[in-house]
Amino acid sequence: MDTQLIKNKELVLNDWFWVVPDTSNEEVKKQAGKVVQFKLTGEDFPSDGTLHNVILPKAEKVILPLRLYLLKTDEIKNKYKEYGIWIYSHDELDLFNHLKDDINSFSVVGVYVEKFADGRIYSLGNLIRRKLSYKNDLRALGDVFKDQLFYLARSGFDSFLIKEGYDAKKALLGLDDFSYSYQGTLNQKPLWSER
Amino acid sequence: MYKYDHYDRKIVNQRVDQYEDQLNRYFNKELTDEEFRPLRLQNGLYIQRHAPMLRVAIPYGLLSSKQLRTLADIADEFDRGYGHFSTRQNIQYNWPKLEDTPKILRKLADAEMHAIQTSGNCIRNITTDPYAGVTPDEIVDTRYIAEILRQWSTFHPEFALLPRKFKISISGSKHDRALVKTHDIGLELVKEQENLFVNVFVGGGLGRTPVIGQLLKEKLPIEHLLSYCESIIRIYNLFGRRDNMYKARIKILVKALGVESFKKQVEDDWNDGKNSSNHLNDKEINRVKQFFTSPNYETVESIDLEDQFREDHNFLHWIKRNTREHIKNGYRSVTISLKGKKQTAPGDIQSSEMRVVADLADQYSFGEIRSTHEQNLVLADVKERDLYDVYSVLCENNLGEANIGLITDIICCPGGDFCSLANAKSIPIAKSIDNLFDNYDFLFDIGTISLNISGCMNACGHHHVGNIGILGVDKDGSEWYQITLGGQQGVNASLGKVIGPSFSADEVPAVIKEILNVYVAQRDSEEELFIDCYNRIGLDPFKEAIYKN
Repeated sequence: MDTQLIKNKELVLNDWFWVVPDTSNEEVKKQAGKVVQFKLTGEDFPSDGTLHNVILPKAEKVILPLRLYLLKTDEIKNKYKEYGIWIYSHDELDLFNHLKDDINSFSVVGVYVEKFADGRIYSLGNLIRRKLSYKNDLRALGDVFKDQLFYLARSGFDSFLIKEGYDAKKALLGLDDFSYSYQGTLNQKPLWSER
Repeated sequence: MYKYDHYDRKIVNQRVDQYEDQLNRYFNKELTDEEFRPLRLQNGLYIQRHAPMLRVAIPYGLLSSKQLRTLADIADEFDRGYGHFSTRQNIQYNWPKLEDTPKILRKLADAEMHAIQTSGNCIRNITTDPYAGVTPDEIVDTRYIAEILRQWSTFHPEFALLPRKFKISISGSKHDRALVKTHDIGLELVKEQENLFVNVFVGGGLGRTPVIGQLLKEKLPIEHLLSYCESIIRIYNLFGRRDNMYKARIKILVKALGVESFKKQVEDDWNDGKNSSNHLNDKEINRVKQFFTSPNYETVESIDLEDQFREDHNFLHWIKRNTREHIKNGYRSVTISLKGKKQTAPGDIQSSEMRVVADLADQYSFGEIRSTHEQNLVLADVKERDLYDVYSVLCENNLGEANIGLITDIICCPGGDFCSLANAKSIPIAKSIDNLFDNYDFLFDIGTISLNISGCMNACGHHHVGNIGILGVDKDGSEWYQITLGGQQGVNASLGKVIGPSFSADEVPAVIKEILNVYVAQRDSEEELFIDCYNRIGLDPFKEAIYKN
């Protein structure tokens, strides 16, 4: 099967359309002479303008940016059979406060990581599970490959869209890098409880 | 000391497999340089000026004689016959080949060692007092808490890719020998009616922006230690700056938010999760604690060494400087100086010398060795009646330098000779200062003083907290040295003040000499230490003397 999606420890058909706003025209913010890689300017990224310009695709199942969903809730509800939402790793949890629906009405919530080295995705996984009590599919999107999967799975993620060009079959093995982990997580007791 | 069970062994072995796979994918171009970089760093592998550098973890500075021999074997087989002890109590090899690194890691794993999280933007080696368990001023033995923290921080799923490196240190004595106030998280253990509590300091650090840590939580019950640290690091992970690596440490976030506001965020998170699965229980604390019980000390009489060896001034000097009081009557702790005249660089040790130290540990100190953040080694439990034998063997092997706490016990980073970050060389500066003191009387007359050298503002040589600090700076492409005075580690930790314009390498020894001359002339008695004299008279007398010419 030609797919990049791993879910519940196997490769599965990806029938979700992932909507990514085109931000190529967004102004690159600079701070202290350096390009701000991970949005620290306090401003929304992408801008509302960019989100308004997103054309909703023809598809059965879509995953949309949370802020786009907030802007076009009614249209989205009418248009799609099934929909999920995703956030950027620079988004803060407060963003979910604007959601009128129960977060568990979404069958997918995604977190997008622009760069592999951005480890915020792991803590966001913890918060989405713990603070928001999200129960359904939590998906890692973006610069995702083999070497993050073990950590992501332990931070509450259960599906992973492997970056194009990277071998998803090999990536799947990353979930079994270690047989034991010392510390406990939300759904796993620490190793000491076995000792 | 802690012994691996089948779980620990499996984890460390699987890490080697994982790393080997990452290296192979890198060689096969399935991983880019940028992708491989954080992965190799988390295994202690740097690409340096001449070759890769591999940093091996020595958890909280504790080693067995067998492990030290393994380190010696690795130095011979894969490096140039020596290793370098770092200021994080770890050991570094400067000349391994990239393709050999999995083999080295396998050899380490066989000796219950690893290079996990010795670099990269993750939680680094937990450091503590090298005299834990044997020092008379101890309130709580920190070693088992350090081991609990080591396990918890190893491959913590949330904290693999933090904004920047993260260092935790822990102290349990009246005198802080673990620099808790200059760590990202500094933990001070306290006891009340047999109950353990932790004072948690946050946001300290050296580097470009030296900051003394602030007290975030007083008297945290020990069972919440891990969950509280998790909340601190989680807030840092989410909100620490990632756009500028020089502003990415937690100290910058704490400063920007203010400690109260930072605390509020931490506690909001923690209140929700304090019954998290990492809530420590007595069973686990006691399980780990039993690895660190006292060895089988003999009941021996204390010896009046001064009387017995009154003819041997060199030995008595060594006793005075390189040994310290022990909790057990008739025992002392020995600090072996790696700052002798024969050492190529402070903290360097030849493989043959490692084997000598391992043999001494087996014969005289229950087979254990500790490394210190001052880059020396410790035999923690030596009987007083064996001290002369230990001293004799050390002297025969160029390890008998009697200079612990003296000005030639220099803390020094590898500097521009090895490190690609450095602005200036630091080892030749250490050597030129060392050469000032051929005369032991002058050295002993100056007494306790610390001199720390860093080759750049990343401050691996801890120059900010040296009584005398030397920092290598780059000015128009040439190497210069900025000197600070008045830095101090310990309970009264303080940061040194810059004395004035920087000096060339040639000028440094004369400047140091002048500083010492001012001290000797100004001290109110021979008992007044350099730092106390400095605190009394201030910077100006030193400044005037140095810049008058």
